[in-house]
Amino acid sequence: MEPMNWWAIIAQIFWQFIPVWIALILLFSVSFIYKKRLGLYGKLYDSAIGLIGFGLVMFWVFVGVFGAMDFIITHDPLSQVSGMKNKPPGTPMRGATAGEFGYYLLGGDNLARDVFSRVVKGAWIVTQIAPLATLFAFMVGITLGLPAGYYGGRLDILLSFIANLILAFPVILLFYLLVTPEIVATGVPSYMATVLFVFPLIFAGVLLNSRFHTQPKVRTPLLIIVLGIMFWTYLSLVSEPGSKVDLLPSSLDLFDIPGGILVVFVSVVFVNAPTVFRIVRGLTLDIKTRDYVAAAQTRGEGSWYIMLWEILPNARGPLIVDFCLRIGYTTILLGTLGFFGLGLPPESPDWGTTINEGRKLLSIYLHPALPPAIALLSLVLGLNLLADGLREESLKD
Amino acid sequence: MGVFILRRIGVMILTALCLTFIVFFMTNLYPNLEKLAKTQGNFRMTEAEVQSYLDRNGYLQPIFSKYAQWLGVAPGWTKAVNDGVRGRCVHGTVSVDEINNAPKYCGILQGNWGFSTVFKNDVGPLVLARLGLTGKLMMWVLLLMIPLALMIGVLAGMREGSATDRSLSTISIVTTATPEYVSGVIFVAVFASSTVGLKWFKGTATAAMEDATFNNFFLPVLTIALYGMGYIARMTRASMTEVMTAQFIRTARLKGASFLRIVLKHALRNALIAPFTVIMLQFPWLLNGVVIVETLFNYKGFGWLLVQAAGNNDIELLLAVSVASVVVVLLTQLISDIGYVFLNPRIRIS
Repeated sequence: MEPMNWWAIIAQIFWQFIPVWIALILLFSVSFIYKKRLGLYGKLYDSAIGLIGFGLVMFWVFVGVFGAMDFIITHDPLSQVSGMKNKPPGTPMRGATAGEFGYYLLGGDNLARDVFSRVVKGAWIVTQIAPLATLFAFMVGITLGLPAGYYGGRLDILLSFIANLILAFPVILLFYLLVTPEIVATGVPSYMATVLFVFPLIFAGVLLNSRFHTQPKVRTPLLIIVLGIMFWTYLSLVSEPGSKVDLLPSSLDLFDIPGGILVVFVSVVFVNAPTVFRIVRGLTLDIKTRDYVAAAQTRGEGSWYIMLWEILPNARGPLIVDFCLRIGYTTILLGTLGFFGLGLPPESPDWGTTINEGRKLLSIYLHPALPPAIALLSLVLGLNLLADGLREESLKD
Repeated sequence: MGVFILRRIGVMILTALCLTFIVFFMTNLYPNLEKLAKTQGNFRMTEAEVQSYLDRNGYLQPIFSKYAQWLGVAPGWTKAVNDGVRGRCVHGTVSVDEINNAPKYCGILQGNWGFSTVFKNDVGPLVLARLGLTGKLMMWVLLLMIPLALMIGVLAGMREGSATDRSLSTISIVTTATPEYVSGVIFVAVFASSTVGLKWFKGTATAAMEDATFNNFFLPVLTIALYGMGYIARMTRASMTEVMTAQFIRTARLKGASFLRIVLKHALRNALIAPFTVIMLQFPWLLNGVVIVETLFNYKGFGWLLVQAAGNNDIELLLAVSVASVVVVLLTQLISDIGYVFLNPRIRIS
């Protein structure tokens, strides 16, 4: 078979992404019709920059989702095909069987795996970990930042000192200290996970209790159900058979996170949380002087009610913007981990690891390193543009 | 002001102590020590051999006592082995006389930074030499980044919403979205690749350690500078647009001053206060970039040293590296606070 030329490759890639295009068109047209009723999200459709950003982000989210369902990929991202090592884009596959796709669209990497399929599979890893890790970092940052800003005093001094301590650490040194097999063997990351993942529980518990504590009939069943489910999820998340934290019998364990992923997750949350803490603390310091807070205090509301139901909703604008930016930053951090070969297994198709693999032969073969680099760049760019658009739109009213 | 600086230095020392203790603790966990023993001895060591190696080299003492010795507030350990005496303050196995002549205390307070197990050398001069190389890199990064960032920020913020503003803002967003390992890879592919690239520059900067030329040093410098530049430019732009709507600018306009004069004489000084703090606070991030770029371009500076030390669990080298980086981070924070007070007459500390 003849190798494909560049036009054919582009057309074929476009064709492979068909499910993504359909999903994007559906999402955009539905949102556009109902945009008046969708609040801040609907307003996004008035800003060109925000829309481009949102489009880029959703593109990669859909690529990740459909890639995970094996729709887009042309080959298995881990299997090696003899004779395809470092082959340029569009090379016909040697010995392709009838059911198989006959070409390596973006060429083969130095272990003769399909670059295109690896980039698509890598999108799933990033779109799974980055938003979740950012969410956890926000839970930790909010749960600690609100009281630090609201009460001030010794608590604030102590928490700020700890936050500054973590921030003064060079991130890469921290990763090297946390994400090595030796440290994983000691169980330090598992213990950190046990501590860090408690924060969403505390957050949800205090949030609901402060709101409904005057109506015990609603509060008690609600708290039992919500905290019960969260606690079970929490236990399944942190406990892993064979590791240092093995709390739950395997029959009750809902899911197992592979050790490497959990460590990566914990360290990314750990690095991000202090910055969120500082932002929330600053916002709280500012908002607690407002009149509506004074009004709530006069009404005799509890401190946690004021923090979570008066201050937090009024701080949402900057927090949403920072959330988008921080997902981008987390994506960069994940790439950094992959770049130094930390945490994720070496055959993992995530973008950082693939870039790291590809850069070793960069001066001769460009095609293994460039696609993941461009993918990462466009996703982070999309998140930054989205944050910019959201900031612009939220400042308008 | 004096009290403020003293307090900050106090906090700095406390932070450095906490951080080094954390590093000390993590590197002295048993699996790490085991790995160290195996890389120093051989990989087929039995459990008993590992134990005896660690014991001979004083690794099995309680952690606080080891930390105090490293600091130099407790006397260094000595240990009698069958062919002489070993100790913290001497290299290898020596006679009893030698150990009596050696200093009792040898921690960082005495200026002894320890011995690197990877490079088989004293840590102090090693770190200093690498810091010098990274200093050279950073100097060029700052020389390229700061003027470029301020220029972009000021030009974009001069007329908010104009075409210049839109395009320059987009450029700065793109650069903040491009981490060093992405831009570095793209630059090498475009400018240095031997097959399809333009071959303008070299893809490695190893030669630049001895003799830096535009040809071998520009790509690493550009890679670090670009990532930091976007953020500073956006801060400068925000600060500039705010100043341009201030009352005194309107007054100057109504007086009939030319636009150029307004920007240069009235706006610029006020607009540059915020970016100054941002530039100072960028240093920790630059440090990060330095590690990535030095690995990517094989420039054997401080960041490269960090990777080597961390990858091989070289405890004393890693401690020295973290002390150095923590001091850099905290010093820049201090400078940014003090500089802010001097630049902005509205803020007074005390």
